[in-house]
Amino acid sequence: MKPTELRVLALVASLVLVSAVKAEMVVDQLLTQYQKAGAISFDATRGEALWMVESDGRSCTSCHGADLTEVGEHQKTKRAIKPMAPSVNSERLSKVSKIEKWFLRNCKWTFDRECTPQEKGDLLVWLRTQ
Amino acid sequence: MSKIRWITGGVLLIGVLGGGVLGLANASDRWGEDESEHERSSVRSSAKPLGPVAEAYIEECSACHMAYPAGFLPERSWNRLLSNLDDHFGENAEVEPDTLAQIKGYLSANAGEYTSNRRAQKFLRSIAAADAPLRITELKYFKRKHHEIPDRLVSGNPEVGSFSQCDVCHGEGAQQGYFDDDRVNIPGYGRWDD
Repeated sequence: MKPTELRVLALVASLVLVSAVKAEMVVDQLLTQYQKAGAISFDATRGEALWMVESDGRSCTSCHGADLTEVGEHQKTKRAIKPMAPSVNSERLSKVSKIEKWFLRNCKWTFDRECTPQEKGDLLVWLRTQ
Repeated sequence: MSKIRWITGGVLLIGVLGGGVLGLANASDRWGEDESEHERSSVRSSAKPLGPVAEAYIEECSACHMAYPAGFLPERSWNRLLSNLDDHFGENAEVEPDTLAQIKGYLSANAGEYTSNRRAQKFLRSIAAADAPLRITELKYFKRKHHEIPDRLVSGNPEVGSFSQCDVCHGEGAQQGYFDDDRVNIPGYGRWDD
């Protein structure tokens, strides 16, 4: 490999790393917050199950689609929703206020209630591996 | 020569890495504030730059639907709509009180009564003074402009889905208020000449 190619590779790798580290920090910050609010330990399997569960004909996948690495579609307006998986969309899980906003709106839409700190933590530990 | 290249490359690499770390620290200070530069630039792609208040409107509202031009509804309609965001046409669209105030300020100041936009005035004239309609797609002017478009090209068209998706056929300029006929391109059908 030429030195130039190596340098480009190093640059790209470092940028990817920086955004991944940022998402990790954001998620960790929220997990700590949820634990202070009473959550115990978080479990990705429970998070995945909650993501898939259907409640009154609605689930997270109704809009985000079955494959998190693909573009979703708002059930009603048909607006495209960018992929939810941080592995293909580095904007995901990168901002505390945004995560909280969408948990509030979307838990109410999907389950007709707010999600508990335990549920939100479970969802986050699963989502961040996607 | 090669040595110089390596030194230059090294300096560049350190610069970018350092910039990344600084950006990271900066980002952690700004959590809870408005949107990232990346998203800002995507809404600025056409027409004049928008102020921060318009950006709050776009950020909060355009995730689920296009951020409709404020001038297409009168102030009373926006106020009615914003007072009911926890049941927004059956969806929860709650926003933080500060953000809500920003959005309300923007929509009120740019509502149909306060803009010189030609189409906004046509929309406004098609609304009775006592009414505060919530759906632009149900306004007389909207219906008149779309009455020739068969449903199969919109709600029956998987690439469009709904009349609320203005930008799908009218292009990116729709969010900035550009709806000229010659820009229309219906996915799976093509240009529309009436």
